[in-house]
Amino acid sequence: MTSVLYDVPGPKARRRSLIASIATGLLLAGVLAWVLLTLGGEGLFDYERWDIFQDPLVWSALGGALLVTLQVAVIASVIAVVLGSVFAVLRLSKVALVRVPTTIVLEFFRGMPVLLMMFFILILFATSQYWAVVLGLGLYNGAIIGEALRSGIVALPKGQREAGLALGLTPLKARLLIEFPQAFRSMTPIIVAQLVVLLKDSSLGYIVGLEELVRRQRTLAEFYGFSQYGFSFFVITLGAFLIVNLTLSYIARRLASRTPGGRATRRAARSAIGEMADTTVVPVQRAAERSRHRTESDYTGGSGSIQ
Amino acid sequence: MQFLIESGDVLLEGFLATLRMLALTFLLALPLGVVLAVMRISPVPSLRWVATGFTELLRNTPLTLVFFLLVFVMPRLGVIIDFQFSAIVALTLYTAPFFSEAIRSGVNSVPVGQAEAARSIGLTFGQTARHVILPQAVRSVIPPILNVTIALTKNTSVAGGFLVFELFASSRRLANAYANETILIFVVIALCYLAITIPLGRLADALEKKVAVLR
Repeated sequence: MTSVLYDVPGPKARRRSLIASIATGLLLAGVLAWVLLTLGGEGLFDYERWDIFQDPLVWSALGGALLVTLQVAVIASVIAVVLGSVFAVLRLSKVALVRVPTTIVLEFFRGMPVLLMMFFILILFATSQYWAVVLGLGLYNGAIIGEALRSGIVALPKGQREAGLALGLTPLKARLLIEFPQAFRSMTPIIVAQLVVLLKDSSLGYIVGLEELVRRQRTLAEFYGFSQYGFSFFVITLGAFLIVNLTLSYIARRLASRTPGGRATRRAARSAIGEMADTTVVPVQRAAERSRHRTESDYTGGSGSIQ
Repeated sequence: MQFLIESGDVLLEGFLATLRMLALTFLLALPLGVVLAVMRISPVPSLRWVATGFTELLRNTPLTLVFFLLVFVMPRLGVIIDFQFSAIVALTLYTAPFFSEAIRSGVNSVPVGQAEAARSIGLTFGQTARHVILPQAVRSVIPPILNVTIALTKNTSVAGGFLVFELFASSRRLANAYANETILIFVVIALCYLAITIPLGRLADALEKKVAVLR
């Protein structure tokens, strides 16, 4: 692997890198062994810490809570994508009376913590915790997806819109029939990445009192004895989140590699989302990698012909 | 409006606590992010793997769980630290990988031809880095770093759910005390957050336009 910063390593550098690798490996093994021994010393791998997981009832309780988490995420995702589409179109409206309020609302939703929104939906509208979390996530992520879609539309070549207008479409029709579908398609990876963030954020439901996975594992751990099972339940919950999120991130990455879209679109999306979206860097990096591969093969081809 | 006069100090205290947490986390997470980024772009495979593993693990874990680990699970394992401090550690662990990714993508966005050109005119590695790569990389790194900082600002609110007093926690306290003014409380607290996030966002936009390298 080459990088911008260094050449293909020669024999000396390879030897140094091997030594560094062995050193890091030993250090890492040492740290891991220390952690495992410490945890073992606390008796965390003892049978009585884990015997509870033989009980299918524990698993079905955890599974039920995972289902709540996923359900919240799916419903909120649908709301977020629909809202985002509406926000994007409204924010690009020619009519200032539509555009300006939309912009203010978007900035408001985007700039504050989701948690605050959930909490106040809960007390202002006296909804259940479930709907407070769903609506909070939907509104917040809707604003973010709206912003991404808007920048996707802005980044399209001007000719797309002009062609529509030349055919006699109204400006709104040109936007909805020509620009919006293209923007949506090029933004799909970004949207999926944002949905991974949404899924992670659903665990904020814990704080507003929704019985989702994190809260349920705590309830269960406390029921069976937190000092005995607290750690075990935490490990299982972490595992569940990692499996679901890594799968989704993988899908987002696959989508990103299949989706066409120019550099400008990606740049725009990157700055528009600006959140901690998991794969926002992926398209950019991929572009960099592609150019790197190309230059690399050009280079070797060139040097070969000189000789 | 009564509550604004009576509880100005609670609000101010919450706001300052949020700002302090933001500043401390930023100061800890950014260097850690730089270290992770350097490890990920280094020629040594093992360093890359360690940094990648850490990044992937933390990025796919909900922040709530990181907090849960530090605030509830660790004390049971004998690691007892102050809640304020655990909150900063949790936020740092969670944010550093995002800083690292922002930095890494910035360095990777410099075309390889730039380095090749620099080397072909005889610049050493140090000169290449100092005069050619870094000036371009830093420009494309600053706006994403600001964006991560904005997200961090919003994430500090999670600490309020884990026994730390800051803006979100103060909003909960006020909402209990002044039950008939919840809308006003909500707007005021939201504006406190916006007072941090919107200027940062504007700064990121302005810098992105001003310092962007046109390619």
